[in-house]
Amino acid sequence: MSQAALGTAPAAAFRPGAVAAARRRGPGERQVASLLIGLLCAVLVLIVALPLWTLLSKAVQDTDGRFVGLANFLTYVTTPTLVASLVNSVWIAGLSTAIVVPLAFVYAYALQRSRIPCKGLFYAAALLPIFAPSLLSALSLVYIFGNQGILKGALAGASIYGPIGIVLAEVLYSFPHALLILATALALSDGRLYEAAEALGTSRARVFRTVTLPGARYGLISATFVVFTIVITDFGIPKVIGGQFSVLATDAYKQVVGQQNFPMGAVVGLILLVPAVLAFAVDRMVRRRQVALLSARAVPYAPKPRRRRDLVLLLYAGTVAALIVATYGTAVWGSFVRYWPYNLSLTLANYDFASAEPGGWEPYFNSLRLAGLAAVIGTALVFTGAYLIEKVEAAPGGRALAQFIAMLPMAVPGLVLGLGYVFFFNAVWNPLNVFYGTLTVLVVNTIAHFYTVAHITATTSLKQIDREIEAVSASLKVPFWRTFGRVTVPICMPAILDIAVYMFVNALTTVSAVIFLYGADSKLASVAIVHMDEAGAIASAAAMATVIMLTAIAVKLLHLGLDRFLFGRLQRWRAR
Amino acid sequence: MSEPSFLRVRGLAKRFGSFTALRDIDLDIARGEFVCFLGPSGCGKTTLLRAIAGLDLQDEGTIEIAGRDVSRAPPAERDFGIVFQSYALFPNLTVTQNVGYGLVNRRTGRNEIRRRVEELLALVGLPEQGSKYPVQLSGGQQQRVALARALATSPGLLLLDEPLSALDAKVRVRLRDEIRTLQKRLGVTTVMVTHDQEEALAMADRIVVMNQGAIEQVGTPEEIYRHPETPFVADFVGHMTFLDAVATGPATVRVGALDLVLGEGSGFLPGTPVRLAMRPEAIRTRSITADTPNRFDVQIGELSFLGSFCRAQLLPVSSPDTPIAADFSANAMRDLAIRPGEIRAVAMPAETLRVFPAGSAA
Repeated sequence: MSQAALGTAPAAAFRPGAVAAARRRGPGERQVASLLIGLLCAVLVLIVALPLWTLLSKAVQDTDGRFVGLANFLTYVTTPTLVASLVNSVWIAGLSTAIVVPLAFVYAYALQRSRIPCKGLFYAAALLPIFAPSLLSALSLVYIFGNQGILKGALAGASIYGPIGIVLAEVLYSFPHALLILATALALSDGRLYEAAEALGTSRARVFRTVTLPGARYGLISATFVVFTIVITDFGIPKVIGGQFSVLATDAYKQVVGQQNFPMGAVVGLILLVPAVLAFAVDRMVRRRQVALLSARAVPYAPKPRRRRDLVLLLYAGTVAALIVATYGTAVWGSFVRYWPYNLSLTLANYDFASAEPGGWEPYFNSLRLAGLAAVIGTALVFTGAYLIEKVEAAPGGRALAQFIAMLPMAVPGLVLGLGYVFFFNAVWNPLNVFYGTLTVLVVNTIAHFYTVAHITATTSLKQIDREIEAVSASLKVPFWRTFGRVTVPICMPAILDIAVYMFVNALTTVSAVIFLYGADSKLASVAIVHMDEAGAIASAAAMATVIMLTAIAVKLLHLGLDRFLFGRLQRWRAR
Repeated sequence: MSEPSFLRVRGLAKRFGSFTALRDIDLDIARGEFVCFLGPSGCGKTTLLRAIAGLDLQDEGTIEIAGRDVSRAPPAERDFGIVFQSYALFPNLTVTQNVGYGLVNRRTGRNEIRRRVEELLALVGLPEQGSKYPVQLSGGQQQRVALARALATSPGLLLLDEPLSALDAKVRVRLRDEIRTLQKRLGVTTVMVTHDQEEALAMADRIVVMNQGAIEQVGTPEEIYRHPETPFVADFVGHMTFLDAVATGPATVRVGALDLVLGEGSGFLPGTPVRLAMRPEAIRTRSITADTPNRFDVQIGELSFLGSFCRAQLLPVSSPDTPIAADFSANAMRDLAIRPGEIRAVAMPAETLRVFPAGSAA
């Protein structure tokens, strides 16, 4: 703005209103925004609220659809076999939680509060179960401790098919979920608290008790509830390794698929909803406290090397990581073996699925199709929805409703949502029942099932954008959808990729929701695994699970590579 | 106001829950004027600006821009450009794309847009920077880009929301002079929100002082400074010493044992308790003779060195319990060798004294 610059600028061109007057506006932005928010609400009601409502109403009806009040619940509590499953489920989930949370806490402590080497590798090893269907851990245990298990003797006559197997497999499967929560909790710590404690000459044990544990308290609570919910609602593991031991999730399957007793299935579903809703409520509460715990001024804690502690933790983390990798590795190995355990020569025969599964490789491609569609459509829906809720001013009532429904799926286990979908999309009165058993329903169900986490990711990244950007573009008379495409989406690209990969991986590995929903032409790989295992073709089941796991890992690696590329080249504007 | 006002606000009110953010705001701004909304945080100045922009709609009242009632119109249908404290540049677009953002939508030719963007960048002193991304610029440069972007569409009204508050002190002073020069040159009606009284005094044609959601006073910087109408304005703009006093005649007051003459009639009946306000820099200590009005002897108390001047605490000899703040320039300090503890004669020029009702909040 030097004087010279001022001199060269023709002042006439800047006469106020010279350009502005020329413009006529099309349909009002506010109308478009309201319309889109209305549409979002309609979609969310359709894919989340209505199926859940159908489930609730089913539980108070008899098989002919007449209202019977709490009669079904009464039948439930007076049927000894059903009550036995409830008791089984609760103590299995309790025991698994009691084992996995301390294990994961020490592992997380090693990763966040020590100077052990190869932390990335330890993370990767521990996260392995996330990339496989839950039942792969059960298949592995069958290979190791099952009737033909290589270490069958180690159980001293006890059978792996039953509570022991379920608990072991659930511990393996839920370990990374607990780890992620606890690692986050331990990462959030104010280094100055430790410096202050040290300056006061506090003993290490006392620092751990008075600083570390209280700081991680909310993480521990949250992890406990999350693991309990995962275990109690998991279907794949008890199905594969449970034997005659029945739990809630397998009961729901038997009632609905086996006996077509929808009302009783709905009752079981509602019981499963209780711990999940509880976990959700606790998690919300804990999150709010955790935010308050750490001020923006906190200095992150950087552990100093301490030889003995680091060595002990390294040994521990190494053992746990090795156990996880070895267990999953056994199933992968088994899938390549000709006749476990008698002929260990390697073969690809088990990957010729036609021998065990009528559709051959078709279920795998169905899974890919499902995962791809869920990733593309789901990401577009979730991100646009989050944008409308977060950044658009119109229709506050509609935005509040959409926000509420978007948070619901977190509190609904996949199995329960799947039941809701069966009741809703299978209903005679529903014109949408033509979609029942098609890939369409599976895609919609998958998107709904994983909506909340994706929604939170999108919202978090949107919140980080300067909220005046919308105001500026409004002042420049640029409609919001243009700024959305030209500015918001490019800025949030990393989060969008995160959401897409999250949707994709979960769509590949999920069993519990889709087991009720697939049709003859839309059988998924995870369902095929259950069927092959049922038919005794355990090697083929392991092979299919391996293919799924490798695909999920490949997609994750692709994601990491793409992320680096995006940050490095396409998004040069992020760099200083 | 001789010509019809360009921006006309009547009876504006806004509540957030039980908190009243704005109450009964009436305001007229003439075409080409530079007006500052000045006040402490939470006084409603930003709320008023956002209401004018249409970003937060008011609960009551009307807003007219250039004779058109825009009270309920969305931002896009009002004719303004806006600059925020946070710059709010589009981080993934280059400087050129940022400045041209509002032009692309107007079916302006590509060459014309390029020419206009170059013109604007030259105008804000950033030629040759067009291909950079915001993150590669300093705060001051980013704010210039934001200014160019706001001016690109030649809006009738320019709104500045604390545009300088995030900048370093030096950059702030330079940019404020440049914005003022640019505004005069373009003649664009401008409203700036600030909590910095110095900024407001230096830049504005008129200042709107706000407090607790209401307008306290509207006037030129000189009016605001010299003739504050309320104790709040007196206290908020510049430094002010308040003393309890009693009116003793139509234009005289007594503070402790001192009898002082006012420049104009106070309007208070003799015997009424009042508050006397005086600027520290108005107190004179040079060339005081026996018949200088409002002359009295003081003992020099504590001195704080503040760079170009010294703030002194003066304890009147006749009533040492009512200390008075005085600013002496560095020159005066040196020439007169003012030392703590010494007794000097000082005077308060009658026309610099203001009188407010007793008990009124400052």
